[in-house]
Amino acid sequence: MTTTIEPPDVLEPEQPDGPDHASGAHGNGDDHGHHEGPSGILNWLTSTDHKVIGKSYMITSLVLFFIAGIMALVIRAQLASPTSSLVSFQTYNELFTMHGSLMLYLFAGPFAFGGLANYIVPLQVGAPDMAYPRLNALSYWLYLGGSLTMMSGFLVAGGAASFGWVAYAPLSNATNSPGAGADLWLMSLALTGFSAIFTGVNLCATIFYLRAPGMTMFRVPIFSWNMLVTAILILIAFPVLFGAVVMLFCDRHFGTHIFTVQGGGVPVLWQNLFWFFGHPEVYILALPYFGMVTDIIPVFSRKPLFGYKGMVFATMTIAALSTGVWAHHMFTTGVVLLPFFSLLSYLIAVPTGIKFFNWIGTMWGGQISFQTPMLFSVGFLFAFLMGGVTGVLLASPPVDFMTHDTYFVVAHFHQVLIGTAVFAGFAGFYFWYPKMFGRMLRDSLGKLHFWGLFIGFWVTFMPQYLVGLKGMPRRVAAYLPSNGWTGLNVISTVGAFIIGASFLFFLANLWISWRKPIPAGDNPWDGHALEWFTSSPPPHHNYSQLPPIRSERPTWDYNHPEHRKVHSPGSHPLPDKETVEVGS
Amino acid sequence: MRVNGLFLAGIGVFFGIIGVVYWFTAYEDGGFAMLIGSALLGILPGSYYLWWSTHMKDQPDDDPDAEMSQGAGAIDAFPSSSIWPFILGMGALFTVLTFIFGLWLAPIGGILILSAAIGGTVESRRGPGVDGATGTHPVEPVAAVDGTAESH
Repeated sequence: MTTTIEPPDVLEPEQPDGPDHASGAHGNGDDHGHHEGPSGILNWLTSTDHKVIGKSYMITSLVLFFIAGIMALVIRAQLASPTSSLVSFQTYNELFTMHGSLMLYLFAGPFAFGGLANYIVPLQVGAPDMAYPRLNALSYWLYLGGSLTMMSGFLVAGGAASFGWVAYAPLSNATNSPGAGADLWLMSLALTGFSAIFTGVNLCATIFYLRAPGMTMFRVPIFSWNMLVTAILILIAFPVLFGAVVMLFCDRHFGTHIFTVQGGGVPVLWQNLFWFFGHPEVYILALPYFGMVTDIIPVFSRKPLFGYKGMVFATMTIAALSTGVWAHHMFTTGVVLLPFFSLLSYLIAVPTGIKFFNWIGTMWGGQISFQTPMLFSVGFLFAFLMGGVTGVLLASPPVDFMTHDTYFVVAHFHQVLIGTAVFAGFAGFYFWYPKMFGRMLRDSLGKLHFWGLFIGFWVTFMPQYLVGLKGMPRRVAAYLPSNGWTGLNVISTVGAFIIGASFLFFLANLWISWRKPIPAGDNPWDGHALEWFTSSPPPHHNYSQLPPIRSERPTWDYNHPEHRKVHSPGSHPLPDKETVEVGS
Repeated sequence: MRVNGLFLAGIGVFFGIIGVVYWFTAYEDGGFAMLIGSALLGILPGSYYLWWSTHMKDQPDDDPDAEMSQGAGAIDAFPSSSIWPFILGMGALFTVLTFIFGLWLAPIGGILILSAAIGGTVESRRGPGVDGATGTHPVEPVAAVDGTAESH
């Protein structure tokens, strides 16, 4: 069954009358709006609509996020006293492995590039759907299958994978990690890896080929730009991971000796392959969230983005450098070239600094309103700054030798990843929820969620830096009272439970918005990009009408004709209203 | 088109430079191979786009002053619903589980993948016009297969 898509009609320039003007449902006008097909569960199984798939991705990844969060609370409870016996050591190993794997492979990435990007990117570039709708659906089913495969490790004899989310080679071979749990983990990465690759191809094709007329590359909103760069990184990184996983599986079952010394293999090759995937992966997890924040801050500062092209080039530079820094995770192996990787790692701070400068420059002098999405975005700036600065420290080999595999590193990457995937991720969720579901989330509950998360975040992770400097290694289930780590660990555990409690406000918020909906209207935030032009939620195939696109914020230009002459770099002036061609 | 090409080729050239520097400083095979692979991943499609950008006229989505009407005509044919991605995904799931739990799972995975491959191909060949195509398409619309004519 195939539908041929006609491009949207030209929008006649009406008399705009303020921010609420766009509430006339520009998307709902005609029979593109209804969609014939099966209903109920069959509709979900057969849907190739990017909006349905995006929502499925988001719901699945959020469920996995909550499961992984509960694992984190168990881990912290175990560490609250030196010799706790809450869980056995084996269970503890499984818990931290699955916590990391779920958060990194199955939540942070898929939530951004499978969930929000899938939903938002076609809307932002003015496309009716992703370029390959059926491939998009296949991505989701591979992701769901992979997630279930990984989770089912808990059901098999021997338990789930327990070698850490990095699966270093001698530990992950068949002798040291027997059992089906490890195999399920590896096969899950094969499935979800292909899911990510397919989504990456889809995003590239959508942004390259399905932009609306006038939407030049340098008018594409930064969120979509970052998703494009992320897609390129996915295409670089995930095939390497897939290859490494297949090799490890062959080592485990088919008698090859790629990563085993006995047969002439090289265990450290696993680390090279894994981190060649793993470090771009860090930016695959970060860049989409940078993009969300970059789209949110201008809207709530009521200013155009400061330094649009600078943002694009900073994103590209981060992506390019991220592929040349993998072995900074391997400084202590003694077989990597320290100056090369140290220098390139330091260099990443430059484009990231440019981004920070531009975010602050956007807020500078703006009329800032601290609604929930903006609050989370500003929280992201603080959280990510702290994680980023300690990352610069760790790029120095002497510091890394001191702190490698201690809680200092644990605190560093949690601050980076919670800064991006949680603060920025929920900023994006609060920001686009009205567009996706046509109803608002309560601002007061959102603020409670934010403050709980923000306070809990610092209480949890600042003590971990200190306990790391005192020498506490990561991945230990018990320690001695005489180590002097108990107090800091107790504080950290209290913080973790504050974070956990803050998510109750989030769940309550969802529940209330579902029971007592407040209609959102098309453009509740007076947004800038194209997605705020269509109805909330958008109709099937997204648009029946589009405004003229003359800058990187077409919806805002349309709703604020008095500002049409004010333009950011790279844009061409809008024609006067009279000269806009009407009809086709 | 030109921006896309410069973007991809630029990233590719950067990886190439890094790869060569890495080879002559670290003498390590794995990283060198992966960096050169990444360089090709950028340079091959990038140079393809750059070549086309000089051989075709500007598309409306690259024209800063384009009107919406310049994009008139059918954009593409989009499948509106399909069961085959689900079948194919489940086939892939059973296939990887074969490696863990034994060969008895292989026929299930194989049948699912095969039926999805056939079903998906047949589905795309049917072309538009089945569940209410609303416009022209470069390919001649095939007569409706499942009996439902144009619905609106």
